[in-house]
Amino acid sequence: MKEKAKILDREAINRSVMRIAHEIIEKNKGTADLCVVGIRNRGVYIARRLAECIKKIEGAGIPAGALDITLYRDDLALASGQPLVRKTEIDFDINDKKLILVDDVLYTGRTIRAALDALIDFGRPKSIQLAVLVDRGHRELPIRADFVGKNIPTSKQEIVEVHLEESDGNDEVLIVGKE
Amino acid sequence: MSILIKNGRVIDPANKIDAVLDILIENKKIAIVADDIKSQADTIIDATGRIVVPGIVDMHVHLREPGREDKETVATGTSAAAKGGVTTVLAMPNTNPAVDCIEVIELLKEIIREGAKVNVLICGTITKGRMGKELSDIAALKKNGAYAISDDGCSVDSDVLMLEAFKKARQSAILTICHCEDKKLSGKGVINLGFNSTRLGLRGISNESEYNRVARDVELAEKANAAVHIAHISCRESVEIIARAKRKGIKVTCETAPHYFSLTDDALLGYDTNMKMNPPLRSPEDLEAIKQGLKDGTIDAIASDHAPHTENEKDIEFERAEFGKIGLESGVSVSIMELIDKKVLNWIELVEKIALNPAKILGINKGTLSVGADGDLVIVDADKEFVLEKKNIVSKSKNSPFIGRTVKGLVEYTICNGKVVYKI
Amino acid sequence: MLWTRKDLLGLEYLTPEEIGLILETAESFKEVSTREIKKVPALRGKTAVNLFYEPSTRTRVSFEVAAKRLSADVINIATETSSVRKGETLIDTGKNIQALKADIIIIRHNCSGAANMLASVLDISVVNAGDGWHEHPTQALLDMFTLKEKLGKIKGLNVAIVGDIAHSRVARSNIWGLTKLGANVTVCAPEMLLPVGIEKTGVKTSSNIDEVLKNTDAVNVLRMQFERDECAAFPEQLDYYKKFGITEERLTKVKKDIVVMHPGPINRGIEMSSGVADGKNSVILDQVTNGIAVRMAVLFLVAQAREAKI
Repeated sequence: MKEKAKILDREAINRSVMRIAHEIIEKNKGTADLCVVGIRNRGVYIARRLAECIKKIEGAGIPAGALDITLYRDDLALASGQPLVRKTEIDFDINDKKLILVDDVLYTGRTIRAALDALIDFGRPKSIQLAVLVDRGHRELPIRADFVGKNIPTSKQEIVEVHLEESDGNDEVLIVGKE
Repeated sequence: MSILIKNGRVIDPANKIDAVLDILIENKKIAIVADDIKSQADTIIDATGRIVVPGIVDMHVHLREPGREDKETVATGTSAAAKGGVTTVLAMPNTNPAVDCIEVIELLKEIIREGAKVNVLICGTITKGRMGKELSDIAALKKNGAYAISDDGCSVDSDVLMLEAFKKARQSAILTICHCEDKKLSGKGVINLGFNSTRLGLRGISNESEYNRVARDVELAEKANAAVHIAHISCRESVEIIARAKRKGIKVTCETAPHYFSLTDDALLGYDTNMKMNPPLRSPEDLEAIKQGLKDGTIDAIASDHAPHTENEKDIEFERAEFGKIGLESGVSVSIMELIDKKVLNWIELVEKIALNPAKILGINKGTLSVGADGDLVIVDADKEFVLEKKNIVSKSKNSPFIGRTVKGLVEYTICNGKVVYKI
Repeated sequence: MLWTRKDLLGLEYLTPEEIGLILETAESFKEVSTREIKKVPALRGKTAVNLFYEPSTRTRVSFEVAAKRLSADVINIATETSSVRKGETLIDTGKNIQALKADIIIIRHNCSGAANMLASVLDISVVNAGDGWHEHPTQALLDMFTLKEKLGKIKGLNVAIVGDIAHSRVARSNIWGLTKLGANVTVCAPEMLLPVGIEKTGVKTSSNIDEVLKNTDAVNVLRMQFERDECAAFPEQLDYYKKFGITEERLTKVKKDIVVMHPGPINRGIEMSSGVADGKNSVILDQVTNGIAVRMAVLFLVAQAREAKI
């Protein structure tokens, strides 16, 4: 690992989340039947922040859940190191809901593929829309985000690190270049 | 045919010799033992830096022939013996048919004449078919060449019958060897009774099942004024009982086996069936008592209890696997490592246990390098370390508990009846 | 914390962290069984073989359900009707299953050490579903999972195990697991059913059930098997019930919220009364439910560890 470049700081992250919240409300014409589900780990925190922002804007709370996609990964056998299976917590009915799936970074699209499979096992939402904090490109599957905090062109050699208050103690997005 | 062995460190407890000497073997006998022998010999062996000891006398060996030639034969078993420096074995009679009558003795003699690489002495059974019901014709066994009687693998449960056996044995001046196990106590046990049997969930065999029977056999032998030799003792109490009996003047001798002073029941923790034997590997306290018994002379002899079994009989569920392990090829190395290196015995004492004493117990002119004794001797590189590997095992069966272990003391030459029967 | 073992043979040689990881993973898996679609694709394309040399319905079915909820294919081999009856050795049977390219063998055997033996000769995963009197690790894990679920922790709990300790693999696995996680364990049985040296595991022993229950947070009641020779001392089953049976009357004198467990199947009126088995303290059916989650976790972890090694 060599230098790190800070792409987003705390304020930038907050602004992005707030903007996405507005976009979600606008596109869905309010909060009726809306819910958010974050992908573990950091997607969950961003999903909760989105739910809070939406509540601030519209005054109405929406349910937020957490999804662990480990068991649906297509690279389980290849995973370097062992994936820890964490809990999925979706304690509301997703049938006929407009579900906003949330993750921190969109990259190959494989995580989202796994998440879609997992969600379908929970029920049949009316629609699933995807919100991500960072889209770094290099898709390997026909998947795109509906809401993006920031598009960051990267090379495959680079690593995008998202740090969030809830898990890492501070809010920032870094690009780490590999030697 | 003569062999001259030069400059070896000669250990001969019968003559209290521990010195660098030459030995000349002529006409199958030890001819000269002296400093710097100037003699022409057919074969001259330089034994500089090596230990030269009388051929090992192993009084507890299962050669399995006749009946179980798939496990071992006289030919393969005695080849293994030669590799291990053993020049005389007492073949246990639990063959099929058992050695309980003249016909089987004659058959066995024929097999030995054909195939044996080293001296094989015959042991007859105490009871017919080792069933513990009816005595064999002990006088006839003796007359036809048996050196001892034993129901090895079983103990004669009936006190009356055993007492009778001792009396008959005394009349025929034949040694009785007792496998001491009260099967009412050992039951379906498969390993030593203790914390490890609890951990492994296996039925245990108590010390009591052994020493109760040792006590009885010693008592009956005393009553009959007969000589008794207790086979493969494994536990502390047996040593104590025999020590007391010896102090009392009872004609009792006993043997233990290398695994009882080198392994404990911790070796069972991986369910290795090569560690399954009867009596079982015991606790560390028992192991210490066995070493102490060797040191203080309570235990007269070390014997291998070489018990070959095929892989089919060992590579199965632990509880179903056969009891027993081979030991002819590893005995001397394990003894050097555990007894000489750990200063339990000196060389003179070790050679007493593996050669002189068993020869005396069996009443044969062996176990010594005295001039005129049988020309059986072994040359050992006592400092050579090596790994015991399955592929090097000569015995037909490979069930050694020491496979993979680094041991010390390699047999370089085995000479039996004045002939080199093994060399490295 | 990584799980690196391709097999689960027993709890004796696991670290507290490894046991903790299984229990934690099982918590995640418990949720799967609450879904409408009780299935995740984690072991899709994997084959698990139930190789049972002893009759067992509940453990076999529990493993089968667990494997199926992970999307593994499950094959049941009943040894009464297979080549085993024709004298095939355990090792040969294992190697044949491996040659079928199965990924996991779940073995139940009446000989202690059978699972260890199989694991030592096979590259595929071996999960011990009970071997002789030796270990039954998944049963102990589900017992601990249930305890943790009901009482919030394991460390510091006073747990009693009652019954034929000497011949019980459930007891052994529970003893290793519970002591490793810091519980205070007392085993309670007639003297002759306490195995030699059991106190060396760190447990207390007793033959007085009322004394033991006084301060106990949870009691695990073992199934008594009177058909064994070793139980000949209790020809009268009623006598055992009188001295060691868990009854409503006994429970009136102990902690009100004592947790009562049983690995099943229950001998009602021998180890415990029907009232206790079906009463408010009983968690026996929770154990069955939790067994699925624990076994899913075990199957998932051993399969992962094996993949990582290939």
